[in-house]
Amino acid sequence: MTSPSPTRHSWYEESARGRLAHLLDPGSFTEFLGPERREFSPHLGLFNLPHQLDDGVIVGDGRLGGRPVLAAAQEGRFMGGAIGEVHGAKLTGLLHAARQLKRDVVILFDTGGVRLQEANAGELAISEIIRATLEARAEGVRVVGLLGGRAGCYGGGSLIAGCCSALVISEQGRLSVSGPEVIETNKGVEEFDSRDRALVWRTMGGKHRYLIGGVDLFVDDDVAAFRAGAVAALNRPATLDHTVLAAEQARLERRLARFGDTADGTEVWARLGVADPAGVPNLDTGAFLTIATSKREGADAAR
Amino acid sequence: MENLRYELSATKPAGGTRAVGLVGVVASGNLEVLLERGEAPDRCVIEIATPAHGFAALWQAVTADFAARMAAGGLRITVNDGGARPDTVALRLAQGVRLMEKPE
Amino acid sequence: MRPADILSSLFPAGHQVTEAGGLLTGSGRLDPQTTVEVVGISGKTYPGVDEALALAGRILSIADRPDAAPLLFLVNSGSQRMSRRDELMGLSETLAHLAKALWRADQAGHRTIGLLYGGSAAGAFIATALACGSLVALPGAWPEVMDLPSMARVTKLSLDVLTEKAAGTPVFAPGLDNLFATGAIAEIWDPARPLCDQLKALLAATRDDDGRAGWGLERGGRVKAAAIAREVQRLALAHG
Repeated sequence: MTSPSPTRHSWYEESARGRLAHLLDPGSFTEFLGPERREFSPHLGLFNLPHQLDDGVIVGDGRLGGRPVLAAAQEGRFMGGAIGEVHGAKLTGLLHAARQLKRDVVILFDTGGVRLQEANAGELAISEIIRATLEARAEGVRVVGLLGGRAGCYGGGSLIAGCCSALVISEQGRLSVSGPEVIETNKGVEEFDSRDRALVWRTMGGKHRYLIGGVDLFVDDDVAAFRAGAVAALNRPATLDHTVLAAEQARLERRLARFGDTADGTEVWARLGVADPAGVPNLDTGAFLTIATSKREGADAAR
Repeated sequence: MENLRYELSATKPAGGTRAVGLVGVVASGNLEVLLERGEAPDRCVIEIATPAHGFAALWQAVTADFAARMAAGGLRITVNDGGARPDTVALRLAQGVRLMEKPE
Repeated sequence: MRPADILSSLFPAGHQVTEAGGLLTGSGRLDPQTTVEVVGISGKTYPGVDEALALAGRILSIADRPDAAPLLFLVNSGSQRMSRRDELMGLSETLAHLAKALWRADQAGHRTIGLLYGGSAAGAFIATALACGSLVALPGAWPEVMDLPSMARVTKLSLDVLTEKAAGTPVFAPGLDNLFATGAIAEIWDPARPLCDQLKALLAATRDDDGRAGWGLERGGRVKAAAIAREVQRLALAHG
């Protein structure tokens, strides 16, 4: 890992509100249904759990490099960023607006998935968000996901991410349906040792996802880098049609054919032609991108 | 959940013109503080929701100390507590007042 | 109802649906003029990258056909397969791709109807049953996000306590009634009546935008979602 430059401002360490403030053009953000509206979860009291006034997600509009965008940021420190009824509905409404306004969207993911205390509401919200995302993309709207928060992007959140038009990730980002603990609990420690952090990152971390074509841009853990990444991601096409889906089917089939019998991320990277797979986790961003750019699988016009 | 409400005498009215301020996050050892205006300039109302029962005396002491020391007059303050220690509570309340003093 | 009985009741004019590797594929005829394409997951199979890709490929090829045959997705699955390999290979991408394929089929004129007759959980539920344009269920179906014992473990509550809380709200516990009350399921079909008639009636009804939040409100299981979404949308339109 690189030693931090004096001007680097960690995305990972920032709050959701802080990330939004630094991502968007200064002073351009207007929040919808902010905390003073007091639209919080009606379900947490049953579990003697405290609620948060914004239910763990901030939604609103602003500008990014002058471009009007709708934006949402999940607060990973509140209930692990997990999606409940109100949290989910805020995202659904935002994406409906995106379609109607033909306005691009940036989603700052930081979520463990469905909030168990409201599991059915969370699960449904995810399905509604997915549908609304696809409908917006059908109108040419770009829905960009930023992955680099402390809760990762797990469970149903990872399925929403999979419907985005482009994804930006940092090394700290993780993207997976089942988390390490869930796999270990269900299948045993030999299947997945959830305490093996290096294994977690080789399997579902930012560098692996970038190399295997699961995300489009890899950036430093730095708010300025995420801002630049978001701008680049917003310039990628968003069309979702027969051609794109046929291309995605083909690339996912090719991926399975090429790597389906590997046992570890390092084997995947070796087959990609990376000279020193075991050294990948230690590379700083610049060195990693130098290697990755020529070796990685891509997903241009196939996501 | 335990819900507490304190109506306190404020020594000084809160500064600034910002209508709403928010500090903190509801997480273990942390708390969220929402600040709004609308109370009389010599009063401060603090409403607390906390999952930890039986600490009213502690909340009383922290909030009274806050209202005595800081310019909190006119503020309506809503606290959602994630199980924070008193010094963290005091910190967030102070951060909240300072945020309300900053231009928007 | 078992798959064979379901298919006979759905397709009195005949069907040919085969099962291989936990996946169903084929077609059936509601009547001599109406063919319905069929895909499915059976036998409580846990779909991983292989199954999801196979299903998506079939669904996309149906989507490309110029006819307007509806697509019926029969569901009796577990959750998504939980394994190192599936996550390494990008299960989230693949399940999202499956959801996109179903959406694409709908867009291309092939109405997608999910028929939940067994289990469905978590990510598999989202990518299959919930990704269909309409979702119906047979009594005895068992949709869930997570089983209660696992939920108890994760939330660090006793199973007794969790079960007791579940008695007072449909918002978190597994089961068809709860998922119906929260708006996931359009209709629970009557196995005593021909399924063919019930499918025909469903196909004849006009499809609106996603009505599930509205059903959650009507049925009382999810009473805030519709209004919150509408309010955010309204504010965005007013501001932008």
